[in-house]
Amino acid sequence: MGTALDIKIKRANKVYHAGEVLSGVVVISSKDSVQHQGVSLTMEGTVNLQLSAKSVGVFEAFYNSVKPIQIINSTIEMVKPGKFPSGKTEIPFEFPLHLKGNKVLYETYHGVFVNIQYTLRCDMKRSLLAKDLTKTCEFIVHSAPQKGKFTPSPVDFTITPETLQNVKERALLPKFLLRGHLNSTNCVITQPLTGELVVESSEAAIRSVELQLVRVETCGEGRATRPGACLSPSTATLTFHGCAEGYARDATEIQNIQIADGDVCRGLSVPIYMVFPRLFTCPTLETTNFKVEFEVNIVVLLHPDHLITENFPLKLCRI
Amino acid sequence: MAVFPWHSRNRNYKAEFASCRLEAVPLEFGDYHPLKPITVTESKTKKVNRKGSTSSTSSSSSSSVVDPLSSVLDGTDPLSMFAATADPAALAAAMDSSRRKRDRDDNSVVGSDFEPWTNKRGEILARYTTTEKLSINLFMGSEKGKAGTATLAMSEKVRTRLEELDDFEEGSQKELLNLTQQDYVNRIEELNQSLKDAWASDQKVKALKIVIQCSKLLSDTSVIQFYPSKFVLITDILDTFGKLVYERIFSMCVDSRSVLPDHFSPENANDTAKETCLNWFFKIASIRELIPRFYVEASILKCNKFLSKTGISECLPRLTCMIRGIGDPLVSVYARAYLCRVGMEVAPHLKETLNKNFFDFLLTFKQIHGDTVQNQLVVQGVELPSYLPLYPPAMDWIFQCISYHAPEALLTEMMERCKKLGNNALLLNSVMSAFRAEFIATRSMDFIGMIKECDESGFPKHLLFRSLGLNLALADPPESDRLQILNEAWKVITKLKNPQDYINCAEVWVEYTCKHFTKREVNTVLADVIKHMTPDRAFEDSYPQLQLIIKKVIAHFHDFSVLFSVEKFLPFLDMFQKESVRVEVCKCIMDAFIKHQQEPTKDPVILNALLHVCKTMHDSVNALTLEDEKRMLSYLINGFIKMVSFGRDFEQQLSFYVESRSMFCNLEPVLVQLIHACVAYCFITIPSLAGIFTRLNLYLHSGQVALANQCLSQADAFFKAAISLVPEVPKMINIDGKMRPSESFLLEFLCNFFSTLLIVPDHPEHGVLFLVRELLNVIQDYTWEDNSDEKIRIYTCVLHLLSAMSQETYLYHIDKVDSNDSLYGGDSKFLAENNKLCETVMAQILEHLKTLAKDEALKRQSSLGLSFFNSILAHGDLRNNKLNQLSVNLWHLAQRHGCADTRTMVKTLEYIKKQSKQPDMTHLTELALRLPLQTRT
Repeated sequence: MGTALDIKIKRANKVYHAGEVLSGVVVISSKDSVQHQGVSLTMEGTVNLQLSAKSVGVFEAFYNSVKPIQIINSTIEMVKPGKFPSGKTEIPFEFPLHLKGNKVLYETYHGVFVNIQYTLRCDMKRSLLAKDLTKTCEFIVHSAPQKGKFTPSPVDFTITPETLQNVKERALLPKFLLRGHLNSTNCVITQPLTGELVVESSEAAIRSVELQLVRVETCGEGRATRPGACLSPSTATLTFHGCAEGYARDATEIQNIQIADGDVCRGLSVPIYMVFPRLFTCPTLETTNFKVEFEVNIVVLLHPDHLITENFPLKLCRI
Repeated sequence: MAVFPWHSRNRNYKAEFASCRLEAVPLEFGDYHPLKPITVTESKTKKVNRKGSTSSTSSSSSSSVVDPLSSVLDGTDPLSMFAATADPAALAAAMDSSRRKRDRDDNSVVGSDFEPWTNKRGEILARYTTTEKLSINLFMGSEKGKAGTATLAMSEKVRTRLEELDDFEEGSQKELLNLTQQDYVNRIEELNQSLKDAWASDQKVKALKIVIQCSKLLSDTSVIQFYPSKFVLITDILDTFGKLVYERIFSMCVDSRSVLPDHFSPENANDTAKETCLNWFFKIASIRELIPRFYVEASILKCNKFLSKTGISECLPRLTCMIRGIGDPLVSVYARAYLCRVGMEVAPHLKETLNKNFFDFLLTFKQIHGDTVQNQLVVQGVELPSYLPLYPPAMDWIFQCISYHAPEALLTEMMERCKKLGNNALLLNSVMSAFRAEFIATRSMDFIGMIKECDESGFPKHLLFRSLGLNLALADPPESDRLQILNEAWKVITKLKNPQDYINCAEVWVEYTCKHFTKREVNTVLADVIKHMTPDRAFEDSYPQLQLIIKKVIAHFHDFSVLFSVEKFLPFLDMFQKESVRVEVCKCIMDAFIKHQQEPTKDPVILNALLHVCKTMHDSVNALTLEDEKRMLSYLINGFIKMVSFGRDFEQQLSFYVESRSMFCNLEPVLVQLIHACVAYCFITIPSLAGIFTRLNLYLHSGQVALANQCLSQADAFFKAAISLVPEVPKMINIDGKMRPSESFLLEFLCNFFSTLLIVPDHPEHGVLFLVRELLNVIQDYTWEDNSDEKIRIYTCVLHLLSAMSQETYLYHIDKVDSNDSLYGGDSKFLAENNKLCETVMAQILEHLKTLAKDEALKRQSSLGLSFFNSILAHGDLRNNKLNQLSVNLWHLAQRHGCADTRTMVKTLEYIKKQSKQPDMTHLTELALRLPLQTRT
């Protein structure tokens, strides 16, 4: 009792890139001296895939989780068995972020069905009587800036009752004309999504306009036949293979940002502005085993109860 | 000749007095006595006082009499009345002061000529109130029930950490309904407190949730009349939050190295601080709803300083654009006001944003008259004329921020833009209340034109004229336009039907009139006010405004003769019929008079009017008037009395005093002042009289009066004057056509004078008994008749006086005047001085007796000797051997040449023997034995 283990990563934002050296200290603090059987540090990076109940059924989803894909896993021994003096002991470490073979260091991403996570784990083995101590700490990996020039891809859009698909009774819809543009659907993940929306006219009062950020996650069902053979994000725009058959594709909301509240002034542009949340977004990713893509919905709510959605696929990248 | 020391006999005046009096025989209860008061003995059953027994002093009847004190205090006691009338403004002001302290350092960025928000705060809270029930709807649970997200095609709504942000306390949803305004304010204050608590206990996420929930309340426009106040309350919380976050991040930079300077650059901030800051911004950027996201981000705008130099200047335009998404025009204008407020505080140099806010506002201005708003008003049952006045606080603030140190060109442009928008009254009003007064004043004619043209559309015109008037009170319009402005404005004002509207407007314009025009115009204006306010006693509801009018008039008319020649001024005063207000007004007038009247006046108009005013003040004094109030009133009335002077016309001056006395009898300081004045009058009048004894006696009397009124220095002056007059007394005076010697009159006067001098306290700067000494000198130098003993008789009297003066307690006193007995308290030095004087006087007497040893004077010697003997007997302490011996010698002297009257001698001896039976007088027995009676042979 009374012995605490802690990992302090040097960078305040805990962000590292491939090839960099992850450094920090392991802090052992205790009132008394601590006898131990060795302290080791493990760096681990995994992709966890989860099948959604919608695609495969509840039970399967529960039992049939796909085996996690390991990206990186290495251990170093920090201290040989011995004894720590009482008080605070800091043991510095440096861990190079090198990958074996042609594996790719995906960006950290926390999704629903896809999770890419990197952790640093410190284990202190102790004698039979005392419990082993473990401390885990997440660090964040950003992929290297993509090569090549970033080209914005602006999109103009117009929404009227006529442009809508999937309408039950078009005649019942109030008349409206919305115009707008997104400055680019190719987005730099550190920059906000921007654009403008103008309500040119609308018979019905507007209740709300929202931006819905959606993630589309696709998991290949246990078909990781060629682990590590997936494409790096920089070249992932192209072919689609690996997860062709039996994939589960799920779209879930990440966040919903209201950009207009109430009946906004006609003819006056309302800014479209959304910051991509950290951890929950990553550059668009496509591998043989899974895919992570993003979309944005512009959702317009009209009085009394009309909902209009316009969908725009996004491509996120890091430069 | 041997010097005889004097020893005064200690006198017990009370006992002596008692021994001389007839014995009082107590009257038996049943005995008849014609002067006995009628006593009413009351039995319990009889409750009514018997008629005709009004002279009754019976105490038993008091039970049926209403206690006068309790009847006055009937109803609410003054303290709880104060509490009841303490209006929200006062409360707000109290809250303000504490807040102001906190905000002070931030305002330093902007010049002190910028009216800070804190000034507006109280006004808004006091003005925008409601009696309707309010509700706080804190959606502290998840928002699954909300239409926006629920209807999405997603079948599975997975709760992420982000969404949890919207939870206040896990899964709870609180809706507080039916709150009164006060409850609401309390509740908000509670939230403010719990924000601080959460912050202090390191629950940053909870703090953020509270702030989000609070700012969400600002999107709720139900009970719209209360919205401005709600804005004030909630932005207070936001300010608190902004400050907390900023200070926290700032402190993270501090503990790394030394203290961060006030104007630091982002490089100075350390990584941890930056990361924390960035975290806040990411969290806030993910707030779902627009209004909370806007407000919370605006509240921590200052934190951008940690991240980048250009952060604030990039953020402000973005936030400005963001407001465009707010559909409700009222909500959006207040959001703009908040952004301007934060902007002015954090980066006052970024004017562009302010302008953009203004122009955006103009673009959305038409929405006020749009359907959505109209529908909402119908639902809430609010009329347009009460809806539009909800805008000015926010608009004024935005306009004020923009116009602060703004170039003329910008203001002109703004005005033009406003004009283009159908010249709306609401805009015009804000322009006038926010722009520099000089700017408005130079264009007053334009403004009047615009006001006349503009369509009222629910915003009353009189408010516009009021705003214009306020500007004109501060800055002067061009000379040539002045009269026309007044005419145009008053033409509209005078047509206002509602007395409240009228007086609010008129009150403002009175100042302009007073400033630029003569009494003729002011008179017209006052007449108009009277005309409007008199019907239905409308003035009763408008005392504050009427009071302001008086104050303004007084402030501009320092010449009171002009002021009172304004015919309608006094009729105007008559409108103040509630006594407390009336007295207040009177006080103002007198205050101004004392301040501005430079020279004494005798102008009958002023006197008449001010006497009336003073009488009003005086008549308000009653048993319950506080001392302080009385002091104040007295000060004012005295100030007036002092300023009245008829020059050499003393008669009129005196009659003025007489009149004043009859008017101001309830205020003691005033009476004292009057007595001072009268005493002064006496002092200057007496020398003009011819009769020397009249003069002497008048001096004495005036001195006594002055003394009786505690005017000590005046009394001294009188007595000195009398003393210096004594040498001028001629030997012979003309009485009823015959010349007579004056000595006996002088003796009479001096004796009278001595008895007054007993109680005159010594002047602290003069020597002991200086008046007596001076008088003795005068008597010494006076040329007496050769063959008279008057001088010696006077000396004897002086001896009596001095003996009386050496007593522990004097024979008589004047109320409230401390005589020498209490001043010196029987100090031995004083007594020694006194005795020394006695010795001198005695030596003089004895000297004189010696000169009378010649034949023709023996009779005089005898009688003088006897009189001296009597004096010693009455006043001296005969236990003293020397004195005793002296008295025996005198006794012999009186009888030596057989000149003494035997019967007198016998009686004297009998008296001594009788006296010796008194307890303290036993030594007289021995003395009597030593006094032989000479029998005639």
